[in-house]
Order: sequence, then C-alpha cells, then structure tokens
Amino acid sequence: MSDKKAEAEQPLIDGKGLRTDGRKLDELRPIHLEVGNLSRADGSAYIEHGRNKIVAAVYGPRELHPRHLAQSDRALLRVIYRMATFSVSDRKRPAPSRREHEISMVLRQALEPMLFLKMYPRAAIDVFIQVLEADGGSRCASATVAALALADAGIPMRGLVAGVAAGKIDGKIAVDLSDIEDKIGDADVPTVMAPERGEITLLQMDGKLTKKELATALQMAEEGIHQIHEMQKEVLLKKYAKIRDQIAEVSPELLEKVEEIKEEKPKEEEPKEEEPKPTRKRTKRTTPAKAEEKTKTTKKTKTPKKKKTESPKETE
Amino acid sequence: MSIYFEQQDIVVPGQLLAEGDYRQGDGAYKEQEQVFAAVIGLAKMKGKTIYVVPLQGQYTPKVRDIVIGKVVEVTLNGWLVDINSPYPAMLPVMHALSRRDATHAKENLRRWYDLGESVVAEIIAADRTRDPLITTRGRGLGKIRGGVLMTITPARVPRLIGRKGSMINMLKSELQTDIVVGQNGVVWMKGSPDRVDITIDAIRQIEREAHTSGLTDRVRETISAKLADMKGEKDE
Repeated sequence: MSDKKAEAEQPLIDGKGLRTDGRKLDELRPIHLEVGNLSRADGSAYIEHGRNKIVAAVYGPRELHPRHLAQSDRALLRVIYRMATFSVSDRKRPAPSRREHEISMVLRQALEPMLFLKMYPRAAIDVFIQVLEADGGSRCASATVAALALADAGIPMRGLVAGVAAGKIDGKIAVDLSDIEDKIGDADVPTVMAPERGEITLLQMDGKLTKKELATALQMAEEGIHQIHEMQKEVLLKKYAKIRDQIAEVSPELLEKVEEIKEEKPKEEEPKEEEPKPTRKRTKRTTPAKAEEKTKTTKKTKTPKKKKTESPKETE
Repeated sequence: MSIYFEQQDIVVPGQLLAEGDYRQGDGAYKEQEQVFAAVIGLAKMKGKTIYVVPLQGQYTPKVRDIVIGKVVEVTLNGWLVDINSPYPAMLPVMHALSRRDATHAKENLRRWYDLGESVVAEIIAADRTRDPLITTRGRGLGKIRGGVLMTITPARVPRLIGRKGSMINMLKSELQTDIVVGQNGVVWMKGSPDRVDITIDAIRQIEREAHTSGLTDRVRETISAKLADMKGEKDE
C-alpha cells in the first residue's frame, strides 16, 4: 500500500484478460469453509475466502440482557463485526470504528429476514464475527460464515445466505473483487443473497455503474453465490457425515447391518411425542429426593400424585 | 406431489423437501406448496407430515417435561432456576414446599434451596408470554444430593433415552448406575466412580453419534469392553 500511484498505474487486467492474481473475470477466489470449530459457542464457522480469514460464533437463543431491549413477540438478533488489529497491513486501531458499526448493521439486516425470530420471543441471538485477516469483500465473506454458524447452532431459518462482491475493474465487470481491485477499481457491489429463492438481502454500491453494468454485475454475483452456497451445504453435511464414515471404518459389517435395518423399518425410529413418558416414569423411581418426601405429610403427597395420574389421560 | 429426500437423510436449512399436498412438522416450514427444512437434522415423513429432527439447538420448555436446573436467584416468593433454555424458570414457594413449610418459609428460603444447588423439577406452565413455571413437588422431584451432573445438547436427549427408554435402560442395567435425564440436556448420575466414568463416556458417544443408526448395540459393545477392562485391572 506504500506507493499508491504506482499501483494505480498498474493494470488490473493483463493482455490475456487475466486479473492480477491470475483469475478470469468470472472466477472466484479459492474458498475454504469449516463448521463447528469453536467448542464453547452454540454454533460456529470459519471461512478463508481469498486471503480473508474470518471466524463467526453464534450464541443463543439465550436470555437477553439488558432486559429492556427484549421484544415481546420475537428474538433480538445482535450481530457484531470486528476486525482484529493485525487483520490489515497498517495496524487497525482497536476501538470499534464507524465502518465496523456499519457492517455489523448491514449484516444484521442481511441475516434477519432468513431467521424465524418469532419462535423465541424475548430471547436474544448473538452473532460475533471476527476478521483475522481482511482482503476485500470481507462483509460478503462474513455473511457467508455467519449463515453457516447460525445453521450450525440449530437456529430455525428459511435458508442459508451467501455473499460475494461484483464490480468494475479497468472498465470490465468482474466478480469477487480482491483488496487491490476494490481499492483502485471503478466500482464495487457487495451482494448477499438467499440463493434458493433468489432474494437479495444485502446490496451496496461503491462507485458508479450504468444500469446495464449493474445488471451484469448482479448476474455474475448470483452465479458466484450459487457456487458458494453449494460449498456451504457440503461443509454442513460433512460435519455429520464424517462421524458416520468414522464408524464405517471401525466396523463396516455393523454399518451394513444398520443400513439393512434402516431400509426394512424406517418407521421404527422414535416418534418425538412418545419419548418424555419413559423418562418421567424413571425419574419417579430413581431421583434422590428422599428428604423432600419425608417432610411431606401423607395428605399432601397425594395431591401431586393424583394430578400426575390424571394428566397423561387427558392427552391420550 | 413429489418428495426430494429419503427417510433419515441429513438435511440443511432451506433444502427443498417436498412439493405438493404435504404438511410441515417441527423443523420444517411450508411456502407456496413447497416444504423446506428449517434446521440441520434428519428429515422424516410420517403420513403427510414432514418434519426434521434437529441435531443442534436450545431447549424450549414444554409442559410436563422433567428438567434438571440450578438455582441462580432466591427471590421473595420463590427461586429462579437456570434450566439451560433461553428463559429462566420460576419456582414459586407454593410449588416447592408443603403448605406447612410454606408458611414458615418467608423467614429464609435458602433453608430449602440455596444458590447453586441443583433440582429435578417438572414444568407446569410454559407459554410464549411468560417465563416457564416449575414444580419440585412430586415423586422423584426435588433437590439433588450427591452424584454427578453433565450436560449434553438438548436436541440429542431423545436419542439418549431411546425408543421407549431402550437406550437409557440399557445404560442403567449394564452399568448399575442411577441416571436421570432432564429434557433440557442435563443428566444426573450416581454410582461407583469407575462406572460413572464409563457412563459419562457412553453418554458422550451417544451425543456424538446421535444421527447414526444401530447406536444402542454399538454403545453396549463399548461398555462391555470397558467393564471387562475394569475387571481385568482389579484382578491384577
């Protein structure tokens, strides 16, 4: 970044139509995704998108503090985007900047429409996004990881979102701008979409584009988002498939047997409603509450018993 | 009318599960005649209802669930209990003590349940507008004395219990350990220290492999291997 003038003169697209890092105009940077890498969070994910390295952690739905922020009909979604001081070449000052606040807000708005927040009234869902290394398009990559972390936390959602920027460099429309293309390019259009339904949840523009150029940029972004979405689905499934595979390594015969059983009687698996009953019976027998019972008079122990025998009947 | 998954498939949020005349169950939602998954989990169909059994997620209080919680606050008329859910549970004196005790209780509620103590409780009221109410009056409910507590992902409690309690009964009989499973993912157990250690390992295995089939048999095998090891060590 030392010599901006020299950079500005440097062409972003070479004679062969390739960009500074050797990509074609419609090519994404290499992306690597991980899920569930933080053990203390309810859900977490990690992305390497080009040289971006971002961790997302999701906590909740959990009790909301301070209480006065609670909404009586829905959960509160709080998103915090933070950049590490070492994430950029000139040390970033540690205090939250104007830019970080803005990105926190737009990311919240990008994720909010995808979540069924009404299932958890008065609660809070916290999303923390920590940028370890920034390389252009970090807000889009953040949306991609945040969606993964939310899914990993088991929060009910309409679907995943993924993001990628499109823009104009050297007069040509390209997808997934890198740091340098973002800085000295002509325009940058960060886009976050729900790929399954083609809904845009975040769209910003820095620079100038004609109506036609914007349309091509959006189309290219959409294609990129579809590619990222496939990777998202794959990594989510992989987390659980991996355990299945490990078991297969231990005893392939067992797994075969299991598969057979599964095919024969798929209905065998426990229906949800039946499960609480056995627990209740067991708890009655084994719980260490002798002292409690001793203090109660015979008359009074009868009342809860009666209630218990009656209540299951009502539901059956 | 078409279905895009097989029973027990792992699905991700937003995945299209079926089109046409189907109903959405838990973990799924319907939009314009299309049923999608809302959470990551195992897709299942029962009749015309499609649902996704979650593999992750917080515990949502349901009436008549047995939960294990920790007293976090003593108030004037009861206790606040952390039941590992988005909402703290209220345990009013009325639902915790006998009437005779309740009249004396005003002096010092800590005599019965103090901060940090754990209780087995039943949920008696839970709705969207208020914090859930719990009771500790009833057989098997009350303060926990001794034993070991551990927490698992609440979404995997059904697997730990098994169909009609098959898994949990297997654990109890094989390991001769007392186990109480709270629907909120908190598990209490008491037995000889060696056996409790094996129980913890077994429960961790169940939690980790919750989405695979044939789990009960596999866990039984590991347990008997470990019990044999334990015996062998003692003989030496």
